Amino acid sequence: MGMTAIEKILAKNSNQASVKPGDLVVVEVGTAILYDNNLIPANWRNILKVKHPDRVVMVFDHRVPAKDIMSAQAHSTGRKFVKKFGIKRFHDVGAEQGISHVLVADHGYALPGTVLVCGDSHTCSAGVFNCAARGTGSPDMLYAVTKGETWFKVGETVRYDLINNLSAPASTKDVILHIANVYGDHATMNIEFGGPALPNLSMNARRTITTMSAELSAEFATFEPDPVMLEYVRGKNPGVEFEEQYPDPNANYHRRNTIDLAGIEPLVALPDAVLNNSRPAAELEGERIDQAFIGSCANGTLDDLAVASDMLGGRTVSKHVRLIVTPGSQSIYRQALKAGYIEKIMDAGAVVTNATCGACGGGHLGILSAGETCITASTRNFKGRMGDPDSRVFMASPATVAASAIRGSITDPRNIGN
Amino acid sequence: MTMERPILNGQVWKFPENINTDLILPGRAQYFSEEEQKEVVFEANRPGWIREIRQGDIIVAGRNFGMGSSRPAARSLRNIGIGCLVADSINGLFFRNCVNWGFLALECPGVSNTFNEGDQAAVSFEDFSITNKMSGEVLSANAIPDSLLLTMNAGGVLPVLEAEGLISEAQV
Repeated sequence: MGMTAIEKILAKNSNQASVKPGDLVVVEVGTAILYDNNLIPANWRNILKVKHPDRVVMVFDHRVPAKDIMSAQAHSTGRKFVKKFGIKRFHDVGAEQGISHVLVADHGYALPGTVLVCGDSHTCSAGVFNCAARGTGSPDMLYAVTKGETWFKVGETVRYDLINNLSAPASTKDVILHIANVYGDHATMNIEFGGPALPNLSMNARRTITTMSAELSAEFATFEPDPVMLEYVRGKNPGVEFEEQYPDPNANYHRRNTIDLAGIEPLVALPDAVLNNSRPAAELEGERIDQAFIGSCANGTLDDLAVASDMLGGRTVSKHVRLIVTPGSQSIYRQALKAGYIEKIMDAGAVVTNATCGACGGGHLGILSAGETCITASTRNFKGRMGDPDSRVFMASPATVAASAIRGSITDPRNIGN
Repeated sequence: MTMERPILNGQVWKFPENINTDLILPGRAQYFSEEEQKEVVFEANRPGWIREIRQGDIIVAGRNFGMGSSRPAARSLRNIGIGCLVADSINGLFFRNCVNWGFLALECPGVSNTFNEGDQAAVSFEDFSITNKMSGEVLSANAIPDSLLLTMNAGGVLPVLEAEGLISEAQV
């Protein structure tokens, strides 16, 4: 029996001819990304040895610039670690600041066919590069950094074949909400994405899908390699060799389904859950909001800022709404400035913050009070996620969030006229 | 080396499917100390619960327990005194954190239909069986590989790395 793409990546990196669901594998870690939440005293330990300093990346992203003394202390600990072990890929406050998963894409850190781990749950984002990428815990990261390896349980794989084209303003955010609605959780299972729609999906659009696969509770979410992805990675890593892994034609899938992108319409996840919890935006129109947010590792890309800018250009954010926009990296922020997106977004009345995880996790820069309602283009809408447990968080695409900010209530972006 | 394989007996607390990490350990408490984090467990969905539980109680839950973040939510369940978790299925990252932080956890499809809140359960890590001591019903859980169970039952990953001289207590 053949193997799925993720099975082949795990076999290769555990030096085995094959692996199958149920196996426990020990793999070599190609890239280990540490971030500020690993560095707080309750999680961090004094590291005495680093197996491969050149495979380690350090990022400050959750609370940056430091929002309080605890964050400042974590960042200070990280700077000492970087200096002690000569870590070259270090993203401190400044020009190369950003959300770890966004930086992985910006800099091409995830090589196809390799293993990438980070102590944040949305690390599955890098699966878009045909990489075995997943979120782990802080102790896993100390293990990976000191020993150069980690373990994975091999799960069964679900395959989604994407066909036809999205009809804007529907986006890949709506695709993932659709999958969450129809298929529910994928706990203990991997997801493989492929199909004839790939050439028409940008790397940013695809990455929203892999990032959001954490919300499906997937183990690994990987895209089948294609020329668009390979050209992107080679452009970021000139001369670097890697071996992308294609699924075998006779790969054994738990199930295989087709997702028709042409049938996707703007969706909104209702508060407190992503799974089986979305409705068409049109059905929720009139639901009044206090805050709107566009950002995070799922929706802080240049494409997302372009969508927000198109929607907001020449329009005004409703007087009773706070629209907060947080680019995924400072590099994206600068590109959006040059493209004129930021001006349009700010002229409409939005606040554009520096690149950070920010409001997505309720860490800083836009926390909700009791009784407030937010619509967010970010990763999660769990109860209490963005602030007080008695706030409500709806989740949607950047187009739907921007349209809702203009009207002051949830709005189908197709209903904002040209 | 012979491995200790615990058998636990305790009173059951039931939780539904898709319990997420923001409920177990709210984001606002992420930078708290371990002691302070104990105070906020399930504050949004089950306020006051942490005052009702006793050391060694057992959580029985539905599908997809622990979905969400990488935060040390499993450590908080261990720290408040929960003896172990048995769920129909467990999010992969949450299960890693059970190994990481030394919190006993098993996946046992169907377990949520076999227990009511307040039942007495016996959970064996010798043969991975779950017994409802009220009804007498016995279920088989998914076995945990020895290497993971050893770590999970011996305080997690950090003591392993300390013993190997790779880390030490953080100097603050």
